[in-house]
Amino acid sequence: MALHKSEYKGLLGWIDSRMPTLMSEYKKHMSEYYAPKNFNFWYFFGSFALVVLVIQIVTGIFLVMHYKPDARYAFESVEYIMREVPGGWFIRYMHSTGASFFFIVVYLHMFRGLLYGSYRKPRELVWIFGCLIFLCLMGEAFFGYLLPWGQMSYWGAQVIVNLFSAIPLIGPDLSVWIRGDYVVSDATLNRFFAFHVIAIPLVLLGLVVAHILALHDVGSNNPDGIEIKDRKGLDGKPLDGIPFHPYYTVHDIFGLAIFLMVFFAVVFLAPEMGGYFLEWNNFIPADPLVTPPHIAPVWYFTPFYSILRATTSDFMWVLAAGTAAYAALIYFALPRGRWRYATLAATLVVLVLMLPKSPLALDPKFWGVVLMGVSVLIFFALPWIDQSPVKSMRYRPGWHFWLLIGFVVDFLVLGYLGTQPPAPTLTYIAQLGTLLYFAFFFLMPWWSRAGECKPVPERVTFAAH
Amino acid sequence: MKRTITAVALALFATGVLAASAGAPLDRWPDRSKDLAALQNGARIFANYCLGCHSANLMRWNRLNEIGLDDKQIKDFLIFGPQKVGDTMTIAMNPKDAKAWFGKTPPDLSVIARARTSFEYAGADYLYTLLRGYYRDATSPTGWNNVVYPYIGMPHILWELQGPREVTIERTAHAVKGLVRTTTTIDAEGRATVTSIPVTGETGETMTVSFKSLAPQLARQYDSDIADLVAYLVFMTEPVRADRVRMGVWVLLYLALFTVVAWRLNAVYWKDVK
Repeated sequence: MALHKSEYKGLLGWIDSRMPTLMSEYKKHMSEYYAPKNFNFWYFFGSFALVVLVIQIVTGIFLVMHYKPDARYAFESVEYIMREVPGGWFIRYMHSTGASFFFIVVYLHMFRGLLYGSYRKPRELVWIFGCLIFLCLMGEAFFGYLLPWGQMSYWGAQVIVNLFSAIPLIGPDLSVWIRGDYVVSDATLNRFFAFHVIAIPLVLLGLVVAHILALHDVGSNNPDGIEIKDRKGLDGKPLDGIPFHPYYTVHDIFGLAIFLMVFFAVVFLAPEMGGYFLEWNNFIPADPLVTPPHIAPVWYFTPFYSILRATTSDFMWVLAAGTAAYAALIYFALPRGRWRYATLAATLVVLVLMLPKSPLALDPKFWGVVLMGVSVLIFFALPWIDQSPVKSMRYRPGWHFWLLIGFVVDFLVLGYLGTQPPAPTLTYIAQLGTLLYFAFFFLMPWWSRAGECKPVPERVTFAAH
Repeated sequence: MKRTITAVALALFATGVLAASAGAPLDRWPDRSKDLAALQNGARIFANYCLGCHSANLMRWNRLNEIGLDDKQIKDFLIFGPQKVGDTMTIAMNPKDAKAWFGKTPPDLSVIARARTSFEYAGADYLYTLLRGYYRDATSPTGWNNVVYPYIGMPHILWELQGPREVTIERTAHAVKGLVRTTTTIDAEGRATVTSIPVTGETGETMTVSFKSLAPQLARQYDSDIADLVAYLVFMTEPVRADRVRMGVWVLLYLALFTVVAWRLNAVYWKDVK
């Protein structure tokens, strides 16, 4: 069979004539991938996330060389890594700091999506893969957090696995099945280890590839929310696009240098980050007989944990009222006919299961789990619930931007409350925060259409450096 | 850009100030973590008094090299059993026996300074106040009590070093009819005198503790020894700490230089983009 005729010479030509994929993919994703030239600060976080992923995988491999997934030795083996393995403390601190930075970077990356409408058509699949990555990341963090086998590891896992027992009928058996025991034990540690080091990372890597491939098929969005592919030059290249390599590679290296300064400042100077990245209680070995006075998840889960805790039996009345009001809104938004009846029927069923006085009422704890689940999964719906005619907040009504900022503040407040021991006043604030959180998303189909958008320019706004 | 990153990081980690709860206020540990003589004295006290009941299973003896003790000194002055300098600081006491004797197995102290830290206070301050917070109490099973950890299982092992003391605990707390201030004075034999008066006008619950030593000179030396012991516990909780910080400064300097290079490289490429 004849070889493919290569445009390259020497070794590269030799390889290219035998495996043309290599250079064609390099062109497709790097040197001839045209990215909008007006990327700003918010566009760094995607590549930062990729770097953190690599840091986590590489440090993770070295940690597994010394870690022992055995309830008798796990805690000591982590301290053994910190004390006896040469450079072990550095590897471990990079991994523990990397976990928190992964979430910081991903939250900022998601905020960018909300700010510039990056999830809008035609990028729905990019967004969905991203949301799946976020779910995997949460799973990865949760399973990994048990491994140091400290008090917070142990009781955090206990609390979260117990949530599954709130599911009607199958719940209690399901939670035993997940743990592999009646309490969190060696069996749980071993399976969580398997999930943390192989199962989830495999899925995560696949999803990251899918996320990037899907992005490169449709092309990147930009702060103006304009499709650069709509305006191409005579050479067929987008007028406002520049090759990813070298322009964005050097750009990202510069951004990365600053990111690494922040990252390593934490690794070397404050690896515990005041008890937020490494929780103090987790320096006490897991003890199934001693429950810590205050169990809180690591900071990146606390906004969702706050929503879970806010769902008390009193609050069910408010939630039921909110559900009824929302159902009415949908009812009147629908045309007359069977969809209206379906809405009515579904609402009645949900209310019967929700209202505390109803004979069929489900445990508020179950509804807390449902709300927590919905609060994460709702992100999947963004491409469809955002109905604004314009993608980027730059050209949407000013108050849309302030609603988004309000949501971010709400998210941070919920996050803070989730780190605190429960107290009546704090619970009220968390309940208000929960309502605002869901209102932001559930009312989006209405508010995102309201208001006057500014005219969107034909070309991206860019000032030469 | 860096400022933005810092601002975002600060916003993410910002926490409010917690309402003061009514416990004994903690004393501030005088930081002696860089004072080799203090660390060595702390190690001496630790080996002599603590290692009887508490292990430090994760701490290798010859890591004490890092606080200026050589292997011979460690072997001659600190190791009392058949251990070698490459062994960790294990103890002979059986955890099950210990539990029967004290009601709770004395915890391993390898990472105690970290484990006792919280959002409200540093572990060093907690340990420094705890070890200086003992008083005689005739009502407690061990004959000792502690203002930081009421009815603590550990008796006051170091009482001979500290000398006899009296304590006055003044506690303002909510009772059936409003706030009540209770003043408890306990003498050196553990006999308590209690007086209670209702108070008005004050809002919160408070607790103050004052000790009166009957051997002030001993007590002063004891405070200093405990500061040294805590310095040692802080060292033991993360022996690599000093190296870590020293290395971190170089890493950050290198990255700062790298940032400048990356910044200029970026500028060279981007000057073509119009």
